[in-house]
Amino acid sequence: MSEMVKMHAIQAINAALHEAMESDDKVLVLGEDVADKEGGGIVGITAGLSTKFGTDRVKSTPITEQAIIGAAIGAAMAGYKPVAEIMMMNFTTVAMDMIVNHAAKLRFMSGGQTSVPLVIRTMTGAGWQTAGQHSDFLEGWFAHVAGIKVVCPAFPADYKGLMLAAIEDPDPVIFIEGGGTFFVPHEVAADQGPIAIGKAKVLQEGSDVTIVTWSSQSVRAMAAAPAIAEAGISAEIIDLRTISPWDKETVLASVEKTGRLIVAHEASRNFGPGGEIAATISEELFGKLKAPVRRLGGATCAVPFAKNLETAFIVQPADIVEAAKAIMA
Amino acid sequence: MTELSNAAKPDGNALVDIYRRMLRIERNEDAVLAAIRRGRLTMPYYSARGQEVIPATISHFLNDEDQICTIYRGIQDMVAKGMPLKPLWAEIAGRVDGTCKGKGGAMHLTHPETGVMVTTGIVGSSMPIANGLGWAAQLDGSKRVVIAYFGDGASNIGAFHESLNMASLWKLPVIFVCANNRFGEHTRYEDATSVDQISKRAIGYGMPGFTVDGNDAADMYAHASAAIERARAGEGPTLLECMTFRFRGHVLGDDDKYMTKEEKDAAMAADPLPALRAQLIADGHASEDELVAMQSEIEKEVETAREFGLASEEPSLDELRRDVFAEEIPA
Repeated sequence: MSEMVKMHAIQAINAALHEAMESDDKVLVLGEDVADKEGGGIVGITAGLSTKFGTDRVKSTPITEQAIIGAAIGAAMAGYKPVAEIMMMNFTTVAMDMIVNHAAKLRFMSGGQTSVPLVIRTMTGAGWQTAGQHSDFLEGWFAHVAGIKVVCPAFPADYKGLMLAAIEDPDPVIFIEGGGTFFVPHEVAADQGPIAIGKAKVLQEGSDVTIVTWSSQSVRAMAAAPAIAEAGISAEIIDLRTISPWDKETVLASVEKTGRLIVAHEASRNFGPGGEIAATISEELFGKLKAPVRRLGGATCAVPFAKNLETAFIVQPADIVEAAKAIMA
Repeated sequence: MTELSNAAKPDGNALVDIYRRMLRIERNEDAVLAAIRRGRLTMPYYSARGQEVIPATISHFLNDEDQICTIYRGIQDMVAKGMPLKPLWAEIAGRVDGTCKGKGGAMHLTHPETGVMVTTGIVGSSMPIANGLGWAAQLDGSKRVVIAYFGDGASNIGAFHESLNMASLWKLPVIFVCANNRFGEHTRYEDATSVDQISKRAIGYGMPGFTVDGNDAADMYAHASAAIERARAGEGPTLLECMTFRFRGHVLGDDDKYMTKEEKDAAMAADPLPALRAQLIADGHASEDELVAMQSEIEKEVETAREFGLASEEPSLDELRRDVFAEEIPA
C-alpha cells in the first residue's frame, strides 16, 4: 500500500501535469494565463509548471481559442503531446471548428496517416453565479462527435489518473473539470498512476436502483446517498468518469441486477447524455426493467444568475433522493 | 505590386522547374476534368486553373521536410509540393489505394511523406494548424517551414486574424500565402473585404506583408525566396497576397454570372502558363523540343496515375470503424 496524500482536484491535476512534463519532454501546456507570470492558471491548476519547465513548453497565449486549439493540433500532428487549456467550457464554442472539424476528424479523413494526441482541459459548472456563458456542461455535444474522447472525473485520484491517461492517449481528449468537484480533499495514493479511459467506477454497491452520474453530479449523488439509504433503498452509484466511450458493460451489469436506472447529470436534461444511456438500457434490457428509466438534468434554460434560480437549475441531492423514492414506488 | 530591396531573381533552371510544376498541375487538372465529364470521377471540383504560378514558385523553395496546410481548392498546392499522382488519383476516386484510403477525398487529401499535412474544407482553417506545425518546428530547433495556403475570402474570417497575431507574437516559421483570385465564392473582393489590399492587414499584426503578382514567376520568386528565408532564419512569418484569377469559377459547373465576360476574357488572355512557356523559349532557357518532351512525360505520368487510381478497389466497409481512433472500433 503506497502512502496516501490528502489533496483536492486542483492539486491532483497539477501533480499529473508535473509528472507528465517531467517524464516526457514532448508534453506541452498552452492556454490563457497558464504560465506563472500570469498566475499559473485562474485557479492554479498549471501553477509552477512554467517555472520548472520553461516558457517554451508552458506558454501563455492570447485570448484566441481557435488559435490555441489550432496550435495544439499542429504541434500534436508533429509529435508533441499538448495539453491546451480552454479556460471555461463555454469558450470551446469559439473553437468548435478546430475541435470538431479538425482535431476529431483528421485521423479518419487522412486514412490514419495523421493523428492528434491532444488534451483539451476545460473547467465548468453551475453554482458560482457565473450565469449563462461560464457554466455549461457540454459533454454531450463532444460525445456526439466521432473521434474525440470525453472524460469528466469527480474525485482527486481520478483527476490525476485520468489526466495521465489522457496525455498518453493517441487521440484527442476533452478533459472536463467540474467546478462542483474542486474543493473537497480526498486521499490519493502518492504514486497514483494512469486510470483507463472508458472505465466507470462503482462508488457504492446496491441492489434496488442504479444511479449513473459523473463530474459535479457524482459529488451530489454521494451527498444524497445517506438519505437514500435511510429511506430503505439500496442504491448502486456509478461514477461514469468517461462519457465517450462510456462503460456500457458496467452500467448494463448493474441495471441487470437492480432493474432500475436513474441517470443524473448537470447538463440540461433535453437531449443530454442521459438520453443516450437511457436508450441503450431500453434496447438492451427492456424485459428486465422494473420501472421506466428516469433522467435528471439541468433545467431547459441558460444557467441563471440569481442564486435561488441557479440552485433550482441544478439537480440537487434532494432531487436524487426523490427520484430514488419515486422509481421504487 | 510591392517592391523588395535585393529581390532574388530566378535563373533559367529555376524558371524551368517552376514551369514544370505548373504544367504538372495543369495537365493533371485537364485529366481530372475529362474524367469528371465522362463520369469516371463524381466529386465536386474546385479548380485553381490560372493560379498555378503561386504554388509552383513557393514549392520551388521547399523540401520534403517542409509542410503545407491547404484548402479545398488545393490540389495545385499538393501537386506542386510533389505529392505522387497515383495515390492522389485513387483518393479522388474514393479508392483504397488513395492517400487517405478514400476516406478524405479531394477536399481532404493528406500526404505527410511529402509534407501535405492538412487539407481543409473550412475557409480559413489551414492557418491555426499551420501555426502549430510551425511551433513544433521551432521547438525541434528545425529549419523547416510551414506554408498556410488560403484565398482572399479567408482573410475576413476570425481564424486569419487569430493566426496572424499568434504567428507574429511567437515568431513562427509560417508563410501565409493568400491567393487573391478576386472572388470569395460568388462575391467580388471589394464587396466583402474592407481594405483594397489584404497585404495591408499584415501591418496590424506586426509582420511583413506584400502584394505580389501571383501570375508572374519572377515576382513570386523574389517574394517567396525572401519570406521563406526569413522563416528559416527564425525571424518569423510573412503574409504574401498573390494576385491571380480563377478561370473556372468557384466550383466546376459554375456559370460565372457574377463576373463580366470582359474581365474573364482579359484574365484568360493573360494565362500565365503559355506566357511562361513563351518566355522560356524566347530567353533560351528551354527549347520547343524540350518542352514538348516535358509535356509528354507529364501526360504519361498523369495517364498512368489516372488508370491506377480508377482501377483501385473500393475501401472495405470495415474502414467505417478504422481510424476513428487509433484503436479500431469493434464490429
